[in-house]
Amino acid sequence: MSELNAAVAAGVLGAEDAYRSLLTATVEVARAIFSAKASSVLLLDDETDELVFEAVAGAGAGELIGRRFPSSTGVAGWVLVTRQPLVLDDVATDTRFSQEAAESTGFVPKGLMAAPLLVEERALGVLEVLDRPSESRFSLAEMDLLGLFANQAAVALDLLQRARRARAALEGGGELGSLARIAARIESAGEESRAATLDLLRALDRLLS
Amino acid sequence: MSVLAHESEEELPAWSLPAAAGEAIRLPATWPERVTREWAFGGATGAGVRVCVLDSGIELDHPLVGPVQRSVAVTRDGDEITIADDESGDLCGHGTACAGLIRSIAPECELTSVRVLGAGYTGSAAVLLAGLEWAIEHDFQVVNMSLSTTKKQYAERLHELADAAYFKRAMLVASAHNMPVESFPWRFASVVSVGSHEDGDPFAYFYNPSPPVEFFARGLEVDVPWLGGGTLRCTGNSFATPHITGICALVLGKHPELTPFQLKSVLHLTATNVGSDG
Repeated sequence: MSELNAAVAAGVLGAEDAYRSLLTATVEVARAIFSAKASSVLLLDDETDELVFEAVAGAGAGELIGRRFPSSTGVAGWVLVTRQPLVLDDVATDTRFSQEAAESTGFVPKGLMAAPLLVEERALGVLEVLDRPSESRFSLAEMDLLGLFANQAAVALDLLQRARRARAALEGGGELGSLARIAARIESAGEESRAATLDLLRALDRLLS
Repeated sequence: MSVLAHESEEELPAWSLPAAAGEAIRLPATWPERVTREWAFGGATGAGVRVCVLDSGIELDHPLVGPVQRSVAVTRDGDEITIADDESGDLCGHGTACAGLIRSIAPECELTSVRVLGAGYTGSAAVLLAGLEWAIEHDFQVVNMSLSTTKKQYAERLHELADAAYFKRAMLVASAHNMPVESFPWRFASVVSVGSHEDGDPFAYFYNPSPPVEFFARGLEVDVPWLGGGTLRCTGNSFATPHITGICALVLGKHPELTPFQLKSVLHLTATNVGSDG
């Protein structure tokens, strides 16, 4: 059913770029609010069971997009699987945590905040904020703030995924593709043919119900 | 053999108490007039109490964790779930952190690791359920669950397991979730749910008169053992939960006869905001 909805929506939805911009804006604000060195959103790829860098602000912004790693290893994997947000400050030096983070992000952070991206019962990915200033004492209010950003990023990510499914339906041909094309044509049709097509669809709706 | 009564082959008894049989189940009144921390866990070390950590594994030989009695891993291949002994340690550091915190409170408790992370996101809820069922079958007295699931299709089974644990005298201690979604098992009444407070005292814990979160424990900037023999400073309900697990181990070390509802009552009566000597 969601694919059918996506197909219909495909004709009227905006481009994927708009949703990606929203996601990027979210990580940029998260980075600024926490005065952090970097912030990123990792999307869960259901098909391969991997986490993929979808939006990055700050360090690594150029090269990290698209990089992927298994969905249940490391801190991001733990946050995704267990739905629990957490904050880590690497007060010691050179633990395996640093190495692992460095391998996935390209630089060695002193600390990491991570929260799951949840929409209803689905976990879509993980929001990470790297290297907030170590001299500032952390508070549970900031933990709540991280949760709020994660919530916003989850909504943006959900929209992005819907747009992608819609596009896939539109480009996929077949019956869903034709449905999507009909929706798209109605959207751009002239007033007269639009009204006539809608009449036809209403009749079809009555016939099927 | 399932731990759930309706899936068990054992015959169910008739649940009633015949006339005059009350005498046969008479119990000595061992609780003092006022339950204090001294009575609850004064001098206790958690010795003899079996604690299970459902998490990412526990690093073996970490100096801040000490001996780990047994380590098993739950893995998944398609629909098939396997639980086997495993020496690969911790996949993330989080389980090691929880184990270290439990040991810091209850230094002589027995620790067993059940690794439920690493089987991929897709099968993670099924793996979690299998790990929990294994823990209940193996008669652990306290099970630390610094984790949750949002998948409703697993909620009913999880709820049944939480109740089964409750009646088998296994206290599940679960992290509350401070994000605007419904998640489990911390919402169930048969577990002890834990959120964070900002106090640095590891023995400061508060009873919450406005559930579903029932207790708050230290969860802000907690120094914990992490991978590679190292330490990290961590914040989150995940780290508050093992504090309460440790307290439960202390209480059960001194009062092994307590059932989960009695243990929860002791936590309430000795909470920093309830007990006068807190």
